[in-house]
Amino acid sequence: MSANLSALFYLISGILFILALRGLSSPETSRQGNYFGIAGMAISIIVTFLSVGNLGTGFVYVLIFLLIGGSIGAFIAFRIPMTAMPELVAGFHSLVGLAAVFVAIAAFLKPEAFNLGTLGNIKLASLIEMSLGAAIGAITFSGSIIAFLKLRGIMSGSPITFKGQHFVNLILGISILFLIFYLCKSQSSNFFWTLVILSFLVGVLLIIPIGGADMPVVISMLNSYSGWAAAGIGFTLENTALIITGALVGSSGAILSYIMCKGMNRSFFNVILGGWGATDQTSKSGDKEQKPVKSGNADDAAFLMKNASSVIIVPGYGMAVAQAQHALREMVDALKKNGVKVSYAIHPVAGRMPGHMNVLLAEANVPYDEVFELEEINNDFANCDVAYVIGANDVTNPVAKSDPQSPIYGMPVLDVEKSKSVLFLKRSLSPGYAGIDNDLFYRDNTLMLFADAKKMTEEIVKSL
Amino acid sequence: MEIDPFIFRLSIFILSIFVGYYVVWSVTPSLHTPLMSVTNAISSVIIVGAIIAALAGSSENIFETSNIFGFLAIILAAVNIFGGFLVTQRMLQMYKKKKK
Repeated sequence: MSANLSALFYLISGILFILALRGLSSPETSRQGNYFGIAGMAISIIVTFLSVGNLGTGFVYVLIFLLIGGSIGAFIAFRIPMTAMPELVAGFHSLVGLAAVFVAIAAFLKPEAFNLGTLGNIKLASLIEMSLGAAIGAITFSGSIIAFLKLRGIMSGSPITFKGQHFVNLILGISILFLIFYLCKSQSSNFFWTLVILSFLVGVLLIIPIGGADMPVVISMLNSYSGWAAAGIGFTLENTALIITGALVGSSGAILSYIMCKGMNRSFFNVILGGWGATDQTSKSGDKEQKPVKSGNADDAAFLMKNASSVIIVPGYGMAVAQAQHALREMVDALKKNGVKVSYAIHPVAGRMPGHMNVLLAEANVPYDEVFELEEINNDFANCDVAYVIGANDVTNPVAKSDPQSPIYGMPVLDVEKSKSVLFLKRSLSPGYAGIDNDLFYRDNTLMLFADAKKMTEEIVKSL
Repeated sequence: MEIDPFIFRLSIFILSIFVGYYVVWSVTPSLHTPLMSVTNAISSVIIVGAIIAALAGSSENIFETSNIFGFLAIILAAVNIFGGFLVTQRMLQMYKKKKK
């Protein structure tokens, strides 16, 4: 196949990928969008086979490896529980990163296969592009591995910091730039390998100081990085499909990071340079524990909700941990039978990744038109009888609106305290991720339900 | 003077960033998780580079170092392509409207 013809086909793939993202503007068009994406991918792969043209023994091996990878991927996709989505996405990002590194290495070792010159005499532009692709890919890989380990709970979710951390990162960043410069000057493979290894190190150091609840930002950021890595490789290979995709994914991840940061009212750099968990807010909680708290049981909660005319449910990460989404759905069904109007309120940073709660509710067959975003539903709390907070904490804390001293001051929160009564499902009075006490616990209209989210919800279903 | 082809690629890149910017802002927040998994799947189009690397060189010697890196990259990208699209599909199947 001629180079011009295959370039046109790659352009078509790129457009299909744009349509795949466009489909996600509503759930109805999203499934069709996914098929566009699959079609784009199939076209790219077939065109590549045809343009390489060398369909001998090598081709058989390519197919075998493709099938091996494909079966592993399919197996994971069907087996993974929806609650494990954040770590799955982090894991997948690491694979894209590593693949980018491998392709860059292959291009460096055998540039003639990609029309980039010969070993030791690679075109300057290509060399810059491939080292950027390799560096960003390596950062994506090791950063995503750390994110994966933290989300999976293999590594502690608390921030790991040491003295001079930012300084070390700065030095590493500068050395990477110098390495690229000297690599271009000397074409020596030593510089290339050092570059790759240092980039792996940067990825690790970049993610270890970031705490568990900041993971939505981290995942989005790594998503963005994987895109830029792909784009870097796309420039090296002069491949339009890769360049378009890289740009799409890069901007998508960047926008998601922005939305997540805004949901916490923090700047991107504030998140990246170490989390809230690092600040010591625990000291002042001493006197607050004296405050009276009303606590209740499942029967009280069932009574309150049965006699309500409207209930708003506020899910958070705790619901995912307890896998309580199905029990929650049963509770809502029972309430609806009693003529109660129920809706769900989702905070942008609820859970461990963008849209995490929506997926879990969808899994439990909650219709998506009953689920609302913060801006859509926040005014409704004032007219609602019961707010049922299940596994959320900081995102409901009224302190964010009233106390300029608080670290979460200015963060958009759900106005749950405005509803007539609040049922707050929580295992203990311990503060949330931000390490601050939730004022809501001590309000007169709050009834605390101290239990596991799933168990309590099931008990409420029984007494309904 | 002729324009360097790099400039054309750069133009495509920059324009795609703008396309991505507007398209992604129109994605409904409830689909942000599928958005991440599908972007993840499509960025595995990097498999194109992996295939070229794997098939490079003579057919007698298909396991040179650069080919091996190509094959490894194929496996990684294939996990992502199949895993990414299938898990996205699985998620999207679950989004249903209220039965009336």
